[in-house]
Amino acid sequence: MLRTVSALTLGLMLGIGHAHAAAGDDVLDIVAPFEINGTDPSTAGDLFLKMGVAETLVGADEAGKPIPALAASWELSDDGKVWRFKLRSNAIFHDGTPLTAEAVVAALTVARGKPGILNKAPIETIAADGNDVVIRLSEPFAPLLAFLAQNTTAILALAAYDDKGRVTQVIGTGPFRISLLQAPQKMTVERFDGYWGEKPSIRAASYLAVGRGETRALMAESGDADYVFNLDPASRTRLSRSSKVSVLSVSIPRSILLKVNAGDPLLKDARARQALSLAVDREGIAAAILRYPAAANQLFPPSVASWHNANVPPLTYDPAKAKALLADLGWKPGSDGVLAKDGQRFALTLVTYPDRPELPLVAAVLQEQLKEVGVAITINSTNSSEIPAKHQDGTLQMGLAARNFALVPDPIGTMLQDYPPQGGDWGSMNWSNAEFDQAIKDLSNISDTAQGQPLRDKAVSILQSELPVIPIAWYQQTAAVSKKLENVRLDPFERNFGIASMRWAQ
Amino acid sequence: MTRTLGYRLFQALLVALTVGVLTFIMVRALPGDMAYRIAAGRYGYDMVNTDAANAVRTELGLDRGGAAALGQWFWDLVRFDLGVSVVSGEPVIDEVRHQLGHTVELALAAVLMSLLIGPPLGILAGLRPGGAIDRGLLLVSSTLRALPHFVVGLLLIIVLATGMGILPAAGHGEPQNLILPALTLALGLAAVSSRVARDAMAGVVSSPYYAFGRTKGLSEAQVFLRHGLRNVSVPIVTYLGVQFIYLIEGVVVVETLFAWPGIGHALVHAIFARDVPVIQGTALVMGLMFVLLNALVDLACYLIDPRRQTA
Repeated sequence: MLRTVSALTLGLMLGIGHAHAAAGDDVLDIVAPFEINGTDPSTAGDLFLKMGVAETLVGADEAGKPIPALAASWELSDDGKVWRFKLRSNAIFHDGTPLTAEAVVAALTVARGKPGILNKAPIETIAADGNDVVIRLSEPFAPLLAFLAQNTTAILALAAYDDKGRVTQVIGTGPFRISLLQAPQKMTVERFDGYWGEKPSIRAASYLAVGRGETRALMAESGDADYVFNLDPASRTRLSRSSKVSVLSVSIPRSILLKVNAGDPLLKDARARQALSLAVDREGIAAAILRYPAAANQLFPPSVASWHNANVPPLTYDPAKAKALLADLGWKPGSDGVLAKDGQRFALTLVTYPDRPELPLVAAVLQEQLKEVGVAITINSTNSSEIPAKHQDGTLQMGLAARNFALVPDPIGTMLQDYPPQGGDWGSMNWSNAEFDQAIKDLSNISDTAQGQPLRDKAVSILQSELPVIPIAWYQQTAAVSKKLENVRLDPFERNFGIASMRWAQ
Repeated sequence: MTRTLGYRLFQALLVALTVGVLTFIMVRALPGDMAYRIAAGRYGYDMVNTDAANAVRTELGLDRGGAAALGQWFWDLVRFDLGVSVVSGEPVIDEVRHQLGHTVELALAAVLMSLLIGPPLGILAGLRPGGAIDRGLLLVSSTLRALPHFVVGLLLIIVLATGMGILPAAGHGEPQNLILPALTLALGLAAVSSRVARDAMAGVVSSPYYAFGRTKGLSEAQVFLRHGLRNVSVPIVTYLGVQFIYLIEGVVVVETLFAWPGIGHALVHAIFARDVPVIQGTALVMGLMFVLLNALVDLACYLIDPRRQTA
């Protein structure tokens, strides 16, 4: 009570008529929608990586290629099953202890025992050998490097874990160490002087999770935040006219896609799925909802060069052709305008989730567009987990999702999870194609980009003609950055905010 | 009075029991597989999948019966242990203390501000019913009460933060951060409390005893202080108790809008993620707070109105 009264009085005295603290100090204020779900890398590793607190064994460059991070180098045995990682000798944790092979083995072993990415690699053992970390696989698995760059595999010190493998304290090796952690909203970090790499110019930074897009944009506009992530379309337009901030955007490997149950009687025939695809006006959706050129005429955007196949015929908008295809399949318009065959209506339920606010909007537009060709859609906007849950119990007909193909920096990590022969929670359902399966299997053994290119091209062209998922739109990540801040780059893989390389304008 | 307090104590026990059972049953009755919902809450929409849900199911023993889980909760409660959050793994009592603390701070600030704004204006209006202040206040308070918190909050941010630049738009940690969210809530509260005060005051002013006070030669200030203030206080204080319900409704929106780390925002997330221990713990603490506040309101009215003491 007393605290509130004094806070109020003080606030009124200091606040009014006085420029507030955020704008003037040298703390870099970052605002984004992601909440801090705890202290464990399996739930909050993304933010520890983004804020430069924790690091992974392997890093990724702007094209997603593996680069040395905590591992200075690595080598692969001739049979492709044994990876040996040489650790950086000068890396130390924030508690002053050196980075040892034991610590890395312990951290990776804990990570492997929790939901994440490492439990999806064919790992037999993770062991220390001198100052090297040796990972033995049951079969060759080239994407391992990308898996080790993923945030759930971030390396924390031995003292960070309790005896049950739970993280009690976040002790990383990054250029910044945590000075305050108030889950789920706030984290502040300060420069770590013992960092092994180049010393950052920024002394301290704060992170605030702000759920509402309008609030985030207003914080950028008022100067309360220096670096604001994820802008809604209306705010983006307004902020781009502001003199105080610049708006950055980068194409990211995330696509809005329509996951379809290829085992559903209505969608079993590839021509039915093609018809649905032809009925979708992607340009319209991109222009009206996302408001940037984002119409996905195939699964991957051109920015993901290795998985974008410029030679496949693009997905187009042609409602007349869609109607013709459906007519070929024996569907005839019923009295209510909805197609029918043998007394069955062409009616489907589409599941989506509002965590990304554009998804329900896109769903509503799809509903209208599909109605034009006689397909009735019922939208069920619910929790994101309903898509995997309904995939498992087989009741899903269609799901609209914003799928991240950069779960690990190489899209193959997501492809292996989402498009295995038996189907994946966020990818194909009751669909498989022998040629496609073989191509993906072979790709998991090939680390050379050029060598894998024909296989990727083939896989993409099969997806394009069979449409186990129907691509709708590609994403761009946008951020508003204060003009006082220099050297800001948006990471297309959403791994890092890049605080370590930013600096204040002189 | 002892009887009233005894009744409130009995009420507190009943609240604990009802809240525990009802929240538990309601969360269990919600559609969807709990393991998947918890996994989505923990790992986010990019990482939630069947593997994660199965791992959660095994870790938390979600397959065991509901009765066993509820029994465990009550057994823990008897030992003053609210359990740990299934999403963050933090003890529920810590989360509730952290988040509810922020909410109470915000709510108190809002109530204080509203008391400074609402009742004084209402009393002024009530002293001259039908006057310019009365009519103006009716218009302003109806408008403010009709506008959702979301709109009022955004308008305040646009005017005071981005426009004039004198207050931070959102966030927390600095004392100034409290002002805009508290003001947003306070304006809504004051809109109604000013009407309550106005009606109470108008009633008092038109009463025979007030007229008699004037007739016997007391000045306007004297008659107000001696015969007006205490009489209008009872409805205003009673209404304060009701306002807390309005506050809880308001904090959910206001906390999200201003990125204030309070309980409204946390509770919504806990419900989405089926974080039963957090929902139960929060509902329990909030339920007990209501009982306490009502007891305090009873006590205040008892002290203000001497007739209750003799009755």
